[in-house]
Amino acid sequence: MKKFFYSRKAAPYVFVLPFVLTVLLFWIGPIYKGVVLSFQDVMKDEWVGFANYKRLLTDRIFWIAVKNSAKYMVVTCLLLIPFPLLFAVLLNSKLMKRPGLFKSIYFLPALTSVVVAGTVFRLMFGEAPESLMNQLLALFGMEPIKWLKQGGTGFFALVLLCCWRWTGVNIMYFLAGIQAIPADLYEAAEIDGASKFGQFRFITVPLVKPTTIYVLTISIYAGLSMFLESFMLWKGNNSPNFIGMTIVGYLYRQGIEKRAMGYACAVGIVLLILVMIINLIQLKLNGTFDRKED
Amino acid sequence: MQDTTALEASLSKKARRNHEHVQTAAMLILFILLAILILIPIYALFVASWKPGDELLQYGLNLDPEFSKWGLSNYNLLFFGDHDYWLWFGNSMILTVITVVLTLLVSSFVAYGFAAYEFRGKRILFVIVLAILSVPFEVIMLPLYQQMSDWGLMDNYVAIVLPFLAHASTIFFFYQYLQGLPMSLIEAGRIDGATEYGIFFRLIMPIMRPAFAAMAILNGMNAWNNYMWPLLVIRSSEKYTLTMGLNTLINPYGDNYSLLIVGAFFSIIPIFILFVAFQRYFIEGMTAGAVKG
Repeated sequence: MKKFFYSRKAAPYVFVLPFVLTVLLFWIGPIYKGVVLSFQDVMKDEWVGFANYKRLLTDRIFWIAVKNSAKYMVVTCLLLIPFPLLFAVLLNSKLMKRPGLFKSIYFLPALTSVVVAGTVFRLMFGEAPESLMNQLLALFGMEPIKWLKQGGTGFFALVLLCCWRWTGVNIMYFLAGIQAIPADLYEAAEIDGASKFGQFRFITVPLVKPTTIYVLTISIYAGLSMFLESFMLWKGNNSPNFIGMTIVGYLYRQGIEKRAMGYACAVGIVLLILVMIINLIQLKLNGTFDRKED
Repeated sequence: MQDTTALEASLSKKARRNHEHVQTAAMLILFILLAILILIPIYALFVASWKPGDELLQYGLNLDPEFSKWGLSNYNLLFFGDHDYWLWFGNSMILTVITVVLTLLVSSFVAYGFAAYEFRGKRILFVIVLAILSVPFEVIMLPLYQQMSDWGLMDNYVAIVLPFLAHASTIFFFYQYLQGLPMSLIEAGRIDGATEYGIFFRLIMPIMRPAFAAMAILNGMNAWNNYMWPLLVIRSSEKYTLTMGLNTLINPYGDNYSLLIVGAFFSIIPIFILFVAFQRYFIEGMTAGAVKG
């Protein structure tokens, strides 16, 4: 037995065993349980078939949540991929002075918890004329507004909060990707007379693609499952007219606040399906599957 | 004739150098502006931590230092007041250290299995790693919550740490890092008579140090700032983490806002120290573990 444990045949399975157990106990188990619960009325301990899903289809607040989450995901992907990539390229340039200092500064916001960051942004977007954002408006001669009471400005605060926290992290991911590109490619391009933009377009962008796909994948799921930012910005799950309601916010409201576990699990399964479909499409369009074949 | 070409060359070199100076200056301006934007909220938090808490409640955050309002009362409250801040702080500290150490150990162990061996079922298992990378935790949050309560693990730190020890993104990162590893090292270990596990613990782990540093920062950040899952699992107030505790201060009663603001500022410091300490390895580790197609 001991000999088998130390054999080269058994070793890989011993190494991956913690992962296999984690997957079975903490991923597949709960997902299966979530699917089962989504067909039940948990309070009454009754099997209700597709009733929870049918109810979702006509649930107005759920659709507001889906719309908010989708909008948030699209906007954050559009902002948090091209700009960090560009910043990373510039920071990596030989002409840049003190890149290390800037990298550290940009990474600082990621060190704050969502509780701290959300509270700080809530107070910067406060209603009093003395709050930072209203002072900014006053500079342009505008009247103070209630930033977090309206859809558009509230969404702006959310997106700004997200960009503040994650720009630096994504710069790090892209810097890592860029530095893994062999330098002789750029030297060859330089000799061939390629412009800086040409080098960016035809060397950097294609060769950091794996990093881009990785960042895009996590941005999609993080965007669609955003909740705490909204929870902190509106001091709870009750934003006016549901302007801050997200899919996970709705899941939390149903499952934790209203104790409708079955219905909440249905929301969770819909979120899972949504994330998987979008990521499959994204990976397909990016050709990730084609490459795996060879 | 030759003189003129030399002159032209030196002129164009000079022009090019000037051009480069302009580019450097433009980039510096851009990045300094960006740095200012990024630092504004932290600066606002720092300034507010010296002002009375009710000011904050009334006016929100802004950039005016207003030195006349400065006082030590918030810091006095933080260090000498009667509250649970340091209890929460200690709880978070313990949880973070345990989480980081165990996660790095377990995840690197698993990643080595993927990187060093060919075995049946490897492909499908690795696809599962990638799949989990793109599944939001929130999907399984409620069923997992119920499962933990069925297992009697509610209000227990085990429920916070255990499900995430074999952490998909950390495994993926270590796996990428180990791709650049010479297999000859493993062979040499075998020839020297080391066991399969001995090779990992004695030969591989020491050379993974930069990767450990990078992942210690990322996992440390996550553990220190984790909020959602502890919020569901932890019931008794003496087990609250720092994020949970800070959130209880958001209700505007008594001195809460004074403690909230100074406590919020102070909560960044431990993780900042971790970041500064490991920063040297951070980029190096991130680069070596960069996603490779």
